[in-house]
Amino acid sequence: MRIRRYFEAAASLLLTVSILCSCAGGEASDESSESGEGTEEAYEQTLTVEDMEYYTRYKDQGISINVYNWGEYISTGADEGTLNVNAEFTKLTGIQVNYTTYPSNEDLYSKLKNGGASYDVVIPSDYMISKMINEKMIQPIDLDNIPNFKYIMDNFKNPAYDPENLYSVPYTWGTVGIIYNTTQIDVPEEEIDWDILWDETYADQILMFDNPRDAFAIAEIMEGFSLNTEDHDELIIASERLKEQKSVVQAYVMDEIFDKMAAGDAWLAPYYAGDALTILEENEDLAFVVPASGTNLFVDAMCIPVGAKQKEAAEMYINFMCEPDIAFANIDYICYSTPHSAAFEMLDEETQNDPVSYPSDEYLAENTTVFVNLSDEANAQMQTLWTEMKSAQPENSNQWIVPVFLILCVLAMIGILIRRYIKNKKDIF
Amino acid sequence: MKKLRFLATPYLVWMVVFIVVPLLMVAYFAFTDKNGQFTLENVANAGQYTNIFVRSIWLAIIATIVCLIIAYPLAFMLSRMKKHHQGTMLMIVMLPMWMNFLLRTRAWVTLLGNTGVINTLLGFIGLEPIKMLNTEGAVVLGMVYNYLPYMILPLYSVMVKIDQSVLEAADDLGCNYMTKLFRVIVPLSLPGITSGITMVFVPAISTFIISRMLGGGSNLLIGDLIEMQFLGNAYNPQLGAAISLVLMVIILLIMTIMNQFDPDDQVLM
Repeated sequence: MRIRRYFEAAASLLLTVSILCSCAGGEASDESSESGEGTEEAYEQTLTVEDMEYYTRYKDQGISINVYNWGEYISTGADEGTLNVNAEFTKLTGIQVNYTTYPSNEDLYSKLKNGGASYDVVIPSDYMISKMINEKMIQPIDLDNIPNFKYIMDNFKNPAYDPENLYSVPYTWGTVGIIYNTTQIDVPEEEIDWDILWDETYADQILMFDNPRDAFAIAEIMEGFSLNTEDHDELIIASERLKEQKSVVQAYVMDEIFDKMAAGDAWLAPYYAGDALTILEENEDLAFVVPASGTNLFVDAMCIPVGAKQKEAAEMYINFMCEPDIAFANIDYICYSTPHSAAFEMLDEETQNDPVSYPSDEYLAENTTVFVNLSDEANAQMQTLWTEMKSAQPENSNQWIVPVFLILCVLAMIGILIRRYIKNKKDIF
Repeated sequence: MKKLRFLATPYLVWMVVFIVVPLLMVAYFAFTDKNGQFTLENVANAGQYTNIFVRSIWLAIIATIVCLIIAYPLAFMLSRMKKHHQGTMLMIVMLPMWMNFLLRTRAWVTLLGNTGVINTLLGFIGLEPIKMLNTEGAVVLGMVYNYLPYMILPLYSVMVKIDQSVLEAADDLGCNYMTKLFRVIVPLSLPGITSGITMVFVPAISTFIISRMLGGGSNLLIGDLIEMQFLGNAYNPQLGAAISLVLMVIILLIMTIMNQFDPDDQVLM
């Protein structure tokens, strides 16, 4: 009897506990659905898209796309009040975004060329786009699927690198200039030109692009050559220039320029306008100037590589990036210049008239050059000159040194092994 | 035992597919051009980087010697400690390896930079900042710091087997300190020295991330060169394969030479 009573007590206890639990659970789930609605409201406020149906086509199909972009080149929501663009896209469409970044066009190229990974959206620059079109590495985009293309400003449509605008949708553009630390460099802004990067007074405080195309461009401007020169001798002269610079350069870096300049580890560096403006916000001592003698104008555009697994989802992503709210969120966050008319209208007047972000049309027309793709020979020559410059010693003209060295090594090894074999035999007898 | 031999088959298959075949492919790429025709051009072109080869070998040798000098006394002291102290000390040696390699190297950038921790401290005592980052010295420091445990561990595992009574016998028979070291301890720990040297030298000569982070991109090593050919700016896999072939031959040669100092025919080749 007593045992039975215990059982009853235990059973009733269990029952009450389970009821309580289910109540609590019910309450909890109610709450979560409420908060879900709350966020939805919040996001309706921040984001309006024209055609909801367009974006919800693939909802709940478990699709994911691989996006490969430059570092620090999208609004991530890291700062308060900014949008996390990729999360918004997933929320809207149910498509997962696998987002990875690369430091230079050349990295992107070799990654795609190696065929090791499949990407759905990539954002290369002008000259790399034309190279990839030539090598059939990117595929035509169906602009019917990208209604927001209408927002792209007319002067960015049908660009030289993609004359019929079949392959790319412009994302941002900008110029290359010099970022410098005003506490250390006491030169009026208008006097700063590219040759300050060669100035021995600032030895060991200068950073330089770790990428031949950008580095050669600076030397070519100083020599008065075209930024797209393929001339054998001109390239050699430019590389001589870069060699002269080597003794004053602290380091050859790309994305690290960001950290090093912000931390005050270096005083002078060439950099892309947008990122430079972002650094200026972090360190008040820094200033940015686009040299009057000329510079490179670059356009980065969204493309779909050949072999993309989710082409339509990729086009949806590109279209999403061209939504006025999203384009504005990105441009506001990364500080580059936008080819998007609606996003440009949303900028405050100060930014719209900023000579660094939006230089006058005359300056753009007269002093800037857009890169075009170089021939294979010129590219190869630039590459060799670049490695030679970085390895700091004159080219060794003797072609036979390595093959002969290899043969000697192999002979030495065989000799040692034979000697040892003979020795071992002797030991046995 | 013979019956159990088949258990090794999975590894044999693994080895053939993922080690032997890739090596053959490296050799194939090194001796062909873009269209698959036989050519010696790649190997010949690797000749223009002779100074990078020399620098890599030189820095790797310095790093290995420094590692040996630091690790040898330490390993000996470790091996003579009480057993439970040995465990703790070994853990301290291993401790940095629990942290990610990149992070460890990155930490040195903050320490050595022009406005880094060390130079700030120097500034407090009124000294001029010294340029430490982006030099060959920094690269060697990074190598020593990262690969020191690979030197200590093999040395320790050999030295811990040296019987204390052997050392006492040497004392009894009138060895002075130097004789004891060079006639008894060093010969007995020779296998540890050779495997320690190979374990430090080989990764040191082929590293690229250390020279990239601490060398500032102007102290290129073979590793950087190969990385540039495959993943970076240059993109020329044929040349990259030729350079790695040269690197492999250099390493093989050095390992063959090292094995000459090894009394038993067992280590590594």
